[in-house]
Amino acid sequence: MTKNILLVGVGGQGTILASKILTLGLQKANYDVKMSEIHGMSQRGGSVTSHIRYSKEKVFSPVIELGQADVLVAFEKMEALRYLDYLKEGGKVFVNDFEIPGIPITSGQTEYPKGILEELKRCADTTVIEADKEAEKIGNSKVMNMILLGTIIGSMHLTEIDWDTILSENVKPQFLELNKLAIRRGIELAR
Amino acid sequence: MSKKQLMTGNEAIARGVFEAGVRFAAAYPGTPSTEILENISSYREISAQWSPNEKVALEAAYGASVGGVRSFASMKHVGLNVAADPFFTVAYTGGNAGLVVVTADEPGQHSSQNEQDNRNYARHAKVPMFEPSDSSECKAMTKFAFEMSETYETPVLIRVTTRVCHSKSLVELEERAERPIVPYVKNAQKYVCVPANARVCRAEVEKRLDALKIYSDNCPWNYIEDNGAKVGVIASGMAINYAKEVFGGEANYLKIGFSFPLPMGLMKKFLQGLEKVYVVEENDPILEEAVRMLGAGDILYGKYAPDGTRFFPAFGELTSDVLRKAVTGKEIPARDFDRTKIVARPPALCAGCPHRGFFFELGKRKDLIVSGDIGCYTLGYAAPYNAMDCNCCMGASVSGANGIQKALDMVEGNTKRVVGVLGDSTFFHSGMTSLLDIVYNKGNAITVILDNRITGMTGHQQNPGTGFTAQGEETKIVNIEGIVRALGIEHVRVIDPNDLKLVRETLDWAVSLKEPSVIITRYPCVLKKMSLYDKNEWPDAYKEKCEVETEKCIGCKACLKSGCPAISVKDKKAFIDKTMCVGCTVCKQICPKAAIKGGQV
Repeated sequence: MTKNILLVGVGGQGTILASKILTLGLQKANYDVKMSEIHGMSQRGGSVTSHIRYSKEKVFSPVIELGQADVLVAFEKMEALRYLDYLKEGGKVFVNDFEIPGIPITSGQTEYPKGILEELKRCADTTVIEADKEAEKIGNSKVMNMILLGTIIGSMHLTEIDWDTILSENVKPQFLELNKLAIRRGIELAR
Repeated sequence: MSKKQLMTGNEAIARGVFEAGVRFAAAYPGTPSTEILENISSYREISAQWSPNEKVALEAAYGASVGGVRSFASMKHVGLNVAADPFFTVAYTGGNAGLVVVTADEPGQHSSQNEQDNRNYARHAKVPMFEPSDSSECKAMTKFAFEMSETYETPVLIRVTTRVCHSKSLVELEERAERPIVPYVKNAQKYVCVPANARVCRAEVEKRLDALKIYSDNCPWNYIEDNGAKVGVIASGMAINYAKEVFGGEANYLKIGFSFPLPMGLMKKFLQGLEKVYVVEENDPILEEAVRMLGAGDILYGKYAPDGTRFFPAFGELTSDVLRKAVTGKEIPARDFDRTKIVARPPALCAGCPHRGFFFELGKRKDLIVSGDIGCYTLGYAAPYNAMDCNCCMGASVSGANGIQKALDMVEGNTKRVVGVLGDSTFFHSGMTSLLDIVYNKGNAITVILDNRITGMTGHQQNPGTGFTAQGEETKIVNIEGIVRALGIEHVRVIDPNDLKLVRETLDWAVSLKEPSVIITRYPCVLKKMSLYDKNEWPDAYKEKCEVETEKCIGCKACLKSGCPAISVKDKKAFIDKTMCVGCTVCKQICPKAAIKGGQV
C-alpha cells in the first residue's frame, strides 16, 4: 500500500530540506520512494509543495492524487487549508501555528483570515504544533522544519529508521545535535 | 560499484552525461531545465558552460561534437525555439562525436509563458527522440542517446517534463567511461550546408529514419506489458506512471520510451484484440493520431473519444486524479470547508529587491507604455506597481518597444513614449540585437536594463556580466554600458535603482530626448551571494535595516505601495519585519512624514 505525505509551506521555510531527509530515511528503510516538488517561484514568497510517496512495492506516480494524502503537514497555517483537498478521508493534518502574510495581506488589500485552526479542526483530524515556540525552546527557531519532520515520523510510525545517521550526513556538524533534538520533539508532539 | 541514489530527473540526466564520457556541455538557464547544467558543471571531467542563449549553447555543443568530443546541450521548451535554427540543420549533418539535446517541457505551465509540446520538434526536424518517465530512465536514455547519435550520425533529442525534471526516484550509479577524442577530418560535403550538399544530406535523413523506424519497433525502450486485459493503455514519459496508478493490473500497457520515430508495428500488434484503448500523453495528441492512423479510432480514448467529444484534457498535467476523473466520469468529492479563508499567495519581488524602486516610480508614470520581458522583473506587471503593458519572450521587450513606438508615432501629435525593460542576462540573451534594431532603424524607444549582476529568476546562474563561469572560474566581465555605446546608443545613464529621486529624474531625462536612450540600473540581487567584485562596489549593501518611528507614523499606508513583503500595517501603524528588511530604504523615501529611519540611499 502506497503511503502519501504532503508537505506544504512558503518558500524559505525549509520544506525542501525536511522532505529530503524524509526521503533519504525511507530509502534507507528499503521503501521505493518518489518525491515531487513544485518550487519554481518559491524564492519570491510563493507556496511550496513536496509530494512524497513510498511503498514496499513499486511506486509509479510521484504526485499525490486529490483526496489521497495520509498526512498533510503545513509549515504555514493558511497553506494547510489551501491544500486540504489533497487529504484523504481519515487523514491527519499537522499544522504549524505560524502565519506568513502574502502580498495581498501586507499591502492592505485584505486581512489574514481568522479562525483557520478552528476550521481545520472542524473538518479534519488536526493537530496544532507550535513549532516556532518549540524550536525556540530547543534553542534555534530555524529547526522548526525538523520539528515538523518529527511529527511525520511519529505519525507514520517511522521511528525505527536511523534518522541520526541521515542527519549527520546532511546537516552541518554544529547544528547536528539541535536537529536531532528537534526531530525527537516532533515525534513526541505527534503522539 | 553498485550504488542506488535518490535523484531528480535533472540530476540523473547530468549523471548520464557524466557516465557517457561527455566532455562538453552548454545551456542557458530556464525552468525546469536549469539544474541539469548546474549538476554537470560539478563534474570536473566536463567542460560546462552557461551560454548567452540557447542557440549559442546548441551551436557550441555542435561545434564540440564536430571537433570530436561527446557534447550536450539542455534548455527549457521555449529555449528550443531560440535554438531551432541550428537544430534543424544539425539534423542533416549530424556531428562527429555524439550530440544530445534535452528539451524540458512544462505541461501545466508552472513557470512558463506557454505550454508548447516539443515532441513536435522531433518530427519537424527529423531527429530521434526519447521520453524518460523517471530518473532511472533519464540516466539510461541519456547514456544510450550518445550511442545512437554516433551510430546513426544524428543529434538525439530527449524530451522531459517538469515532473520528470523535479521528481526524485532511485538511480543506480555507474562509472564514467572515458571516450577517446575522435580526430577531426575535414569533410566539407558533410559539414558545409550549401544546397548541393544539403540535398544529399536530406536523402540520407530519410534513410536514417527508415532504419530508426525498424529500431523503434524492436528496441528495449518500447515494450508491451500484457496483463491479459481487453483494455489497453499507450503512454509515454511521465504519463505512464499516472496511468499505472489508475489502471493497475486491469490493463495492458504499451510503454513508449523511444517516441520518434514511433513504433508503428509494435502499436499495431498491441491493438490486436483490445476492446478499448486509452492513449495517455501530456500536451498534444501525437501518439493518439498515430493510433487513429492505424484504424483504431473506434476504440480510442485520448484527447477525444470515438464519438468526437473531448475526453482527456487537452492541456495541463494528466496526473492520476485527472485521468481517474476522465475515465470514471466521477468527480472527486470536494471537502466541505470555508474556502474564503484562503488568500492567494502570488509571487512578489523580494524584500530589498533592486527592481522595486524602479517599478515603483515606473508604475506612477501614465505617459509611458512598458514593454516587459522574461525574468523576476516580470512581477513589475502585478499590483501594486501595475507597471507593464506587455511581455512575450526573451528580448521582445526592446524590439517590441521599438515596434509599439513606431506605430504610436504614426498618429500625429502622439506624446506617448515606450519603455522596454529587461534584465542583464536577458539583454545578453537576445536584447542586444533588438537594441541594434532601434539604433539602425532610427527608433526612439527607451530601453532600461535592470542589471542585478546575476541571472536571478532561475536561481542565480553566472552570466557574461558577473565575472565568473559556470564552473566558478574567473573570466572577463562584459561591460553592458560599453556594449550599449558600441551598438550606437549615445544617451546612456547608469543609476542606483534604490534612489527614487534619481530614478524619477532619469526617466524624465529619457522621455525628454528625441533619440533612443538606455538606462542601466546597477545593483546586485538581494539574494545573490556577493562576489569580491560586488563587495568592492557595494561594501554597505544589505547591511542595515529600516525601522518605523511609530510616533511619527500617521498610518497613511503610502509605504505599502512599495509592495515590499517586509512592510505591513499593525495597529494602524506601519510595521517593518526586521527579519526580512535589508535597508533598501524604498519605503523610507516614499514615507511623506519621514517616519522611517535607518538604511542608506
